[in-house]
Amino acid sequence: MISDRIRQFFVLFFVIGFFIYLFGPLIIMGLTAFNTSAFPRVTPWECFTVEWFEVLANDKRLLEGLRNSFLIGFGVVCFAVPLGLAGALMLMQVKDRVRPWYYTVVISPILVPGVVLGISTLLFWDRVGLMFGASRDSIFYNGFFLTIVGQSTFIAAYTMLVFISRLQRFDPAQEEAALDLGATHVQSFRKVLLPFLKPAIASATVLAFLASFENYNTTVFTSIGTSVLTTVLASKVRYGIDPSISALAVSIVVLTIFGAAMHEVFKRREEAEAKQAGLVAAGLQEKKKVQRQWFVDPAVIIILLVFIAGLGTAFFAGTMGVDECKVAVKEQKQAATKKRVEALQKRNQEREAAEKAAAEAKRLERSQRTGTENFNTIFSNENLKPQPGKKADTPRTGTENFSGIFDSGNLQQQAGQEDEAPTGTENFQGIFSSDNLQQQSGQEQPETEDANQ
Amino acid sequence: MSTYWQNYFKKNGLALGLFMLLAVLIWTLVMIILPQLYMMDFSFRANVPPPQWGSETHVYTLEHYRYLIYGNVNSTDAINYIDLGVFGRTILASIFVTLIDVCLCYPVAYYLAHVAKGGWGRLMVMSLIIPFWVNELLRAFAFKVMFGTGGVINDVLIALGILDQPYDFIRENTALYSGLVYAYILLMIFPIYNAVESLDKNQIEAARDMGSPWWRIHWRVVIPHAKPGITSGCTMVFMLTAGALAAPQILGGPSSLWFTQLVYKWFNNSANWARGSAYALVLLILCIVFVLLMMRFFKVKLGEIAK
Repeated sequence: MISDRIRQFFVLFFVIGFFIYLFGPLIIMGLTAFNTSAFPRVTPWECFTVEWFEVLANDKRLLEGLRNSFLIGFGVVCFAVPLGLAGALMLMQVKDRVRPWYYTVVISPILVPGVVLGISTLLFWDRVGLMFGASRDSIFYNGFFLTIVGQSTFIAAYTMLVFISRLQRFDPAQEEAALDLGATHVQSFRKVLLPFLKPAIASATVLAFLASFENYNTTVFTSIGTSVLTTVLASKVRYGIDPSISALAVSIVVLTIFGAAMHEVFKRREEAEAKQAGLVAAGLQEKKKVQRQWFVDPAVIIILLVFIAGLGTAFFAGTMGVDECKVAVKEQKQAATKKRVEALQKRNQEREAAEKAAAEAKRLERSQRTGTENFNTIFSNENLKPQPGKKADTPRTGTENFSGIFDSGNLQQQAGQEDEAPTGTENFQGIFSSDNLQQQSGQEQPETEDANQ
Repeated sequence: MSTYWQNYFKKNGLALGLFMLLAVLIWTLVMIILPQLYMMDFSFRANVPPPQWGSETHVYTLEHYRYLIYGNVNSTDAINYIDLGVFGRTILASIFVTLIDVCLCYPVAYYLAHVAKGGWGRLMVMSLIIPFWVNELLRAFAFKVMFGTGGVINDVLIALGILDQPYDFIRENTALYSGLVYAYILLMIFPIYNAVESLDKNQIEAARDMGSPWWRIHWRVVIPHAKPGITSGCTMVFMLTAGALAAPQILGGPSSLWFTQLVYKWFNNSANWARGSAYALVLLILCIVFVLLMMRFFKVKLGEIAK
């Protein structure tokens, strides 16, 4: 049917639009990392460069934040994954009556805004520190500790969800069998449950690390003075941006894609192995086919090659000819500026000329009105020259008495008088004294609070 | 009760049982419940300098909540228009953003789950994850780059002759809303995708064979089936949008504020932690009430949401 066709076309159009919306901003941001323009922009395109990656690599604050973020991410993994595992195991065992309450409590950190989690963690541990009389540089006021705890609160819930979905497929009979055969609880946990949970542990670890690495809302409150990647980034993005931030984003995206591709390859290898094992167990195949080592797997090699080739290309394209291109762009810009300046000058000249012409016309008009004409030269140099014989003889009188009026002695005296002089303003001399100011500011406080909003 | 614990330790062994018990207690009590309760307590107390916390001057007061509702003691307004206005706008804008996300994600999720099959579809689903792992701040930054006065959108619009001078998207909050819609879109698409994917295709075919038009198939078959997914996506997106801090800080116009920014200001610029906690608590409670109301309205249980 035609209407069906149109609808399908429309849906396809919509989906394509959706993907453009999803990736367009990222692609444009990625492109800005390679433009020499000092402001992150794509238009106008100046020169292809990798210099922003160099800027990024030399940014000490960012690198420190990156290092701290790695440490915190590591701490969160160590803390949140066991918590999530314990939470999931507990969920399988609590009584039916308790379960909904328990579930609501442990799942709530996912829904609570990160800002609230950060604040409550900060306040609570501050209080605990106070209770123990701990000093300000103890662990309770440490950005690392607070951030790890604050983030783990909700990241443990993420990991718990991962474990629950895996545990639902676990057959408890396996564990019971191990116990019946004489294994201790710890042994059965280590030899039966943990191997079964291994994939879930791996994904929970990755999830926990990434969630910690990119968290901002909680971290901004709990990190206190510690600079963490996200807080450094936030201040950078808010107060002055340059393309090295885009360069960071590009690095993150490339690493993500690389990681995802590798993950997919390894997952397929695992699946293939499981399938082989199944075939062997079912007696369909005599021997397991030996898989190639992972580093000679063609898929891995292709991914690595693409990765390295991409890096190399970007590097060479970005370093070669940048300077020439920059010079060219600069010249172009200068030429454009020069042109603009010339145009401006020309316009100014034209305007001046026009004004001059108008003034001239006016003057001519005025000069035709006679009467003043005769006095035209009255202030000419020649007339102003001293006329000997006339002035020299005239006795200087009148002003003579005042010749000493600006003597320094007189001036000093005057100054002394003036010092005493000011009155009237005297009453206000203390107006800016600190006492008064404090009082004033006390009065004004409510208003400044309003202004803060 | 004691038999319950005996059974518990018999089932898990002493070491493992203790570990689980301890871990769960630390997590639920020390990390979740107590901090929230303490924050609640703190928000009802006077704002005194930290050394006096817990002393006699740290009295209980409703001052901070009063401030949120009526504003400053000296103010002549009947209510605190500024803060309540910011609060109302945050909630309304979050609802608006959530609705847009549903409208954008539902068709795409349906398409990915039932139309695009095989390698292509799988690649598309996988590629959805990439923007999700790019930092929230960097995503907001990408929108700033696009929407700035010298950004691509303005340049393109000017080149096309639609605009003759740059339009300030940041000031008009266009950038903020598109950034927020973008920020949590994946938390909408994956739950809907999972829910729609589990629908048996035969149901759709049966409806079609019986002559149902496409919109009725969606309305009566697909959407009811996907309801838990849609509700779960809406809950997540709404809560995260209302609690967002990065996008409003980066993309918000100079005159517009997000409620979390007020909380941030009370904490960092005004050093009034008590009032900051009061504001945070109000945000938390209103969000929870809103979500519970929505769940009651759409008849979905909490257990279904977090799946």
